[in-house]
Amino acid sequence: MAGTSGGFARKDLLGLKDLSAEEIGHLLDVAEQFRGLNLRAVKKVPTLRGKSVIHLFLEPSTRTKTSFDIAAKRLSADTFSISGSSSSTTKGETLLDTAKNLAAMHPDIIILRHKRSGGAALLARELPHTSIVNAGDGFCEHPTQGLLDLLTIRRSIGGFRGRVVSIVGDIMHSRVARSAIYGLRTLGAEVRVCGPRTLIPPGLDSLGVEAHDHLETALPGADVVMMLRIQQERLERGGHYFPSTREYSRIWGLNRSKLERWARKDVIVMHPGPVNRGVELEPELADSRWSVILDQVENGVAVRMAVLYLVLGGERAARSEGRGQ
Amino acid sequence: MSNAIEPTLLQGGRVVDPASGHDGVADILIGADGHIVELAPGLADQCPARTQIVDVSGRLVVPGFVDLHTHLREPGHEYKETVETGSASAVAGGFTTILCMANTNPVNDNGAVTRYIVSQSEACGLARVLPIGALSHGMEGKKLAEIGDMLANGAVAVSDDGLPVMDAHLMRRALEYCAGLGVPVIAHEEDTCLSGGCMNEGRVSTLLGLRGIPDAAEDVLVSRDIILAELTGGHLHVAHVSTAGAVRLIREAQARGVHVTTEVTPHHFTLTDEAVVGYDPDTRMAPPLRSEEARQAVVEGLRDGTICCIATDHAPHSTIEKEVEFELSACGVVGLETAWGLTYRLVQQGELDLMTAVRLLTSGPSQCFGLKTGTLGPGVAADLVVIDLDASTPVEVDEFHSRSRNSPFKGWELPSRIERTLFGGRTVYLWDGAEGRVGAEATAR
Repeated sequence: MAGTSGGFARKDLLGLKDLSAEEIGHLLDVAEQFRGLNLRAVKKVPTLRGKSVIHLFLEPSTRTKTSFDIAAKRLSADTFSISGSSSSTTKGETLLDTAKNLAAMHPDIIILRHKRSGGAALLARELPHTSIVNAGDGFCEHPTQGLLDLLTIRRSIGGFRGRVVSIVGDIMHSRVARSAIYGLRTLGAEVRVCGPRTLIPPGLDSLGVEAHDHLETALPGADVVMMLRIQQERLERGGHYFPSTREYSRIWGLNRSKLERWARKDVIVMHPGPVNRGVELEPELADSRWSVILDQVENGVAVRMAVLYLVLGGERAARSEGRGQ
Repeated sequence: MSNAIEPTLLQGGRVVDPASGHDGVADILIGADGHIVELAPGLADQCPARTQIVDVSGRLVVPGFVDLHTHLREPGHEYKETVETGSASAVAGGFTTILCMANTNPVNDNGAVTRYIVSQSEACGLARVLPIGALSHGMEGKKLAEIGDMLANGAVAVSDDGLPVMDAHLMRRALEYCAGLGVPVIAHEEDTCLSGGCMNEGRVSTLLGLRGIPDAAEDVLVSRDIILAELTGGHLHVAHVSTAGAVRLIREAQARGVHVTTEVTPHHFTLTDEAVVGYDPDTRMAPPLRSEEARQAVVEGLRDGTICCIATDHAPHSTIEKEVEFELSACGVVGLETAWGLTYRLVQQGELDLMTAVRLLTSGPSQCFGLKTGTLGPGVAADLVVIDLDASTPVEVDEFHSRSRNSPFKGWELPSRIERTLFGGRTVYLWDGAEGRVGAEATAR
């Protein structure tokens, strides 16, 4: 890739929390270049030829897993897929034992989706010779989602400094929100969160995030509204977070009339998917002129190509191992 | 091994005995029965023939430490710890009296299990192991265990530690029943309806994406049990206090005359929830590591006497329970071999004076539970620790005498070094300059 000097020199991508503005900016620049590739008739390049990528998805995922798989294949890497139901973890093998066994087969990257926070960090600590890419760990981080959100925002509104992003919904249990908050704050955006107080975790003020109880104050002046998925199972497990999805939807759900009343005309609406139409979003809103939801999905492939490319050393590795022979 | 020993004179050490307030250079003469004959300067001339003289000049000499809260894992989980390895760990850390919790398998909820633990302890002869019986049958929190039977076989207190007693009526009856039998009820104060997380609730849990446990989970149950102790006149001992609110509630109750006492662990007075960053399972415990404000509150509680003792909550776990995701890891850390160093660290930091620090590990816990240990008075079993305050000790978990390695202090350098531990006049632990020797090896030179 041209013009990608400096930037990102990490073995793993565990989260956006500890990345500098330069590192994030570099990831987005590289993703932007891969984005162009995805629009060509022939979408495959030999960049990661001979590299092996294992998808270790121990939690259900459609979009993220497909996106990673397409990204790896477009870079010519060999991909291997292990899901929760087919893995030895169902036989009682621990995450670490599973990962150590996989690492013994010398893959270059393990992409981990895991329901426990810190799962990717555990592998990164114990597997020094394999790059670990976090595809979502518990409530902690989902860095490639964060990056695709950032890329979508940058492409839609041109930048971050001084811009206002309101994140609405279950912040407490959201890795998407955390990655977005870290990335947006690092890049200089103003971040608001909004939702029932039961779903707003403590300590957000230390991240410079403003908490709002109502859309009426969270929406005005916002350049971006990021709606989060409300998970039905939070209610079923007796969490007492809110009384019903009906009530949630009435107060914190987004619809056309709330947008027109309180938001800027040019606001964009994002959602990490899958959307509960009729709960956090009015059914038609996902397909409306405000929505950039499918742009997010499109940018996801480019972002994941950039991540796979850069954790393996980017140009450096590609050159030394005879890329494009 | 016969019961008689050679008379021994510990000569020229700085002897600190909080029970009597003694702090000064003195000799300690130990008789052939393993009890202290006399504590005074210049005893060399009055020694019986064939007295073994041990020069401890330049060293601190204090009563053997007393730990009101350990888990020895035997019977049932011997791969984590046994009575013998736990006792070895104890004496390596200067503890000669340890109380062990009932969450074994089978649970120590009857006299037979109590007796088994005592006999295992007597067989290894390293330290005084005093079992704590279960409060409820099977630790199920439903009906009282046979407390009198366990007391008759050597138990000294009751507790369902590890499992909070959520049934207020059961706790009321336990306090009432034990008041009549003259033993304390030790309470693990955690309202399970409010806890449900794996670390302290706050900024750090938000950053790490882990479910939090608010201080209120502890404070709510401490409040309830103080009220029940007041109702029944029972002795409530709050295990491992960790919040500023609980310390305040206990302080206020004590001022009202309620018989409530408490302990704090070295990890709670040393670490905060910041230690969890990095997801090290050896920083997972119940109660969780709290905020810096809470840490300061428990140190203040140690200083002003609200908290009468330091207890380790020594909780050995193997790598099976700890080399997993943080949320799935077992709660608890080993503590016997680091407790003194962490306590003395508070002295070096100016938080506690030396006399108070020693009291919190000796007469403090002994008097709290009415034990006849933790002092250097004449006629008392000669349980003693000799410490080099000028040395330091690296925390090398692979060198632990415990069978487990789960310490959040691995790699730390702690001030001072335990050089020798005597139990009943016999040297049961000796630092030989290169390694720590336990039991018969401590005397085989």
